[in-house]
Amino acid sequence: MKSKLLAATGVVAVAAAALTGCSTGAGAESCTNKILQPEATQVSVWAWYPAFEQVVDLFNKTHDEVQICWTNAGQGNDEYTKFSTAIESGSGAPDVIMLESEVLSSFSIRDALVDLSEYGAGDVKDDYSEGAWKDVSSGDAVYAIPVDGGPMGMLYRQDILDQYGIPVPTTWDEFAAAAQALKDAGAPGVLADFPTNGRAYNQALFAQVGSTPFVYDNAKPTEVGIKVNDQPAKDVLAYWEKLAADGLVGTEDAFTADYNTKLVDGSYAIYIAAAWGPGYLGGLSDADADAVWRAAPVPQWDPANPVQINWGGSTFAVTSQAKDPEAAATVAKEVFGTEEAWKIGIEEAALFPLWKPILESDYFRDLEYPFFGGQQINKDVFLEAASGYTGFTFSPFQNYAYDQLTEELYAMVQGEKDSSKALDDLQASLEKYATEQGFTLK
Amino acid sequence: MTSHTMEAAATPAVRSPRDAPPRPGGGARLVRRRQRWGWLFVAPFAIVFVIFLVLPLGYAFGMSLFTSTLATGTEFTGVANYAKAFTDPLFLEGMLRVLAYAVVMIPAQLLVALVAALVLDTLATRVSKLSRLLIFVPYAIPVVIGALMWSFLYSPRFGPAATIFSLVGLDAPNFLAADSVFGSLVNIVTWQWAGYYMIVIYAALRSIDPSIYEAARIDGANGWQTSTRIKLPMISSSMVMVITFALIGTLQFFTEPVVLRSVAQGAIDAAYTPNMYAFSLAFSYSQFNYASAIAFSLGALVFAGSTVFLFLTRKQSGLK
Repeated sequence: MKSKLLAATGVVAVAAAALTGCSTGAGAESCTNKILQPEATQVSVWAWYPAFEQVVDLFNKTHDEVQICWTNAGQGNDEYTKFSTAIESGSGAPDVIMLESEVLSSFSIRDALVDLSEYGAGDVKDDYSEGAWKDVSSGDAVYAIPVDGGPMGMLYRQDILDQYGIPVPTTWDEFAAAAQALKDAGAPGVLADFPTNGRAYNQALFAQVGSTPFVYDNAKPTEVGIKVNDQPAKDVLAYWEKLAADGLVGTEDAFTADYNTKLVDGSYAIYIAAAWGPGYLGGLSDADADAVWRAAPVPQWDPANPVQINWGGSTFAVTSQAKDPEAAATVAKEVFGTEEAWKIGIEEAALFPLWKPILESDYFRDLEYPFFGGQQINKDVFLEAASGYTGFTFSPFQNYAYDQLTEELYAMVQGEKDSSKALDDLQASLEKYATEQGFTLK
Repeated sequence: MTSHTMEAAATPAVRSPRDAPPRPGGGARLVRRRQRWGWLFVAPFAIVFVIFLVLPLGYAFGMSLFTSTLATGTEFTGVANYAKAFTDPLFLEGMLRVLAYAVVMIPAQLLVALVAALVLDTLATRVSKLSRLLIFVPYAIPVVIGALMWSFLYSPRFGPAATIFSLVGLDAPNFLAADSVFGSLVNIVTWQWAGYYMIVIYAALRSIDPSIYEAARIDGANGWQTSTRIKLPMISSSMVMVITFALIGTLQFFTEPVVLRSVAQGAIDAAYTPNMYAFSLAFSYSQFNYASAIAFSLGALVFAGSTVFLFLTRKQSGLK
């Protein structure tokens, strides 16, 4: 193991050197895309959107003075790991980076992001909803430009529900009844999955009843409020604990090859998903050819007062290592700031736009999705879900918080502790961590 | 015939340099010139060694003496990080876990390697050459690829277990559950490394003078006795080397659990082994200073462990 580990370290070192070479070399940068104006200022960008190369080409074609040099440095945590290392070493970060809104605080606290309010972020503020803007800003400071969102809906297999005569659930009570009915009917699969590594997904479910796990303000970076074991979170988790204990939902890890197959082969009749979920489903192989997918609003606890939730969503931030923050800010503001770019984003990458000119357009509202048999899923589900979103506060150590959440949820479905104790333990471990990290608990 | 005399008889070449005649007098200048040449030959290695190992180690050790938190800045705290590491339940649990792996995994690998080597040593057919190659092949597969492959074999959906167990009407076990992942990992490592250790042991067996076997046969020893009384004692120094490699590798257990973690996040947590803990601390939670301290603490324990082992086996390894 040791010698191979050393060899692997060597490979990492070479890869790191290659990456550094990309972002610091002036003339001979190794971009994934073609640079059309070699004389123009080059801005390096890390992003993992599908079909992003077309968006980059469009930007470079329409901008003479700034050119994007794009690299896919990995998805989510893979990219954050590289970015985090680059921050620590003081070099190697790109000028502009794609970050999910949930990690912005984790990086802004390390002084890794440029405050864009000095670079004209205010000019584009009106292009985004209040909730979306709240996610990227703190007081007057703006740490990123919103790109796509993750309003949640319920994707379901019409054919499976029809086969067992189960109505489409609109509340969580109906959802539980449907899960029981499906099991009683002897269906081979279950109604849905409750992944213990759902991270932001699990947190969004808690938030629907009003759980506010964190209070944090970048203006007072050493203070953090933690309340992950509030009553709403406990109520929601107790609900899933019972479903899982009765065998009515699966408890498989999400985003594994097994899970992906089960999503599309009929093992789960319902996939509670964000707006990017349809794109995710469409990209999976081994799909059941006869599957009939439809979208509906996410189930509610209190149908009289529906609450919309959000899972994921990403932004473009300018890093503090940017050589030319002005040019970098231009890229962050404008790369997804045209209808042409968004048509690629929507049709090729299945992104849910936060940019209002396209979000509120008839084109987007009336778009028919072949995957859903021509259903206008934006009009039916996601636009309303998005309009109700008011923003969400994450902790400045979100990755740690999610890892701990996963451990506690796993212990719960293993039967080691009940849902209430799992959340209390989570609270205790996060409080301890925050204190060790020098935060004052509010 | 004791093992000791056997060893002495078998390894005269190793002992002889000690008995070399003293250098002719007045050769101080010659010695100096020779040393200069020596340094020249060592230089290519030494430069790489210093730049890529000694300097980074020094840098990491320096880092481990500072404490940096998210909310406050960086400050010099001396050995505080080490005090924290040796009272950190996550680090200590990880340490106990890799020790458990060492206790189970090393004998398992050694047994497979030893049996294979002894059997192959007594056979001299074309089949034995082919088997030797086949047993060695897993080692030629990169660790990450091997672990990924096994993660698919263990998968309840893609793996063959479900099909095999359904033939006899049983439910397949979940190889990735919290209580079975230990065995699953032992299996991967044994599969990958037994072949390599087998080659080391086999090479040692081939270097034994066959006339000793002849003598043993004349004395009336059967095959089992030849294996256990002659071959085993004579390759004990190779065995010590193999165990030392395995011990160091196991205490630094990292790649296989990291790969399996992507399909079993609940069963394998971020601090499953000390190396994984150091990795998560540095790259997931941005605690580079504490991660350095964890890495050095692990290094110290590995160093101490292998030194103790080499001391206890100094007779077998010929290092006394």
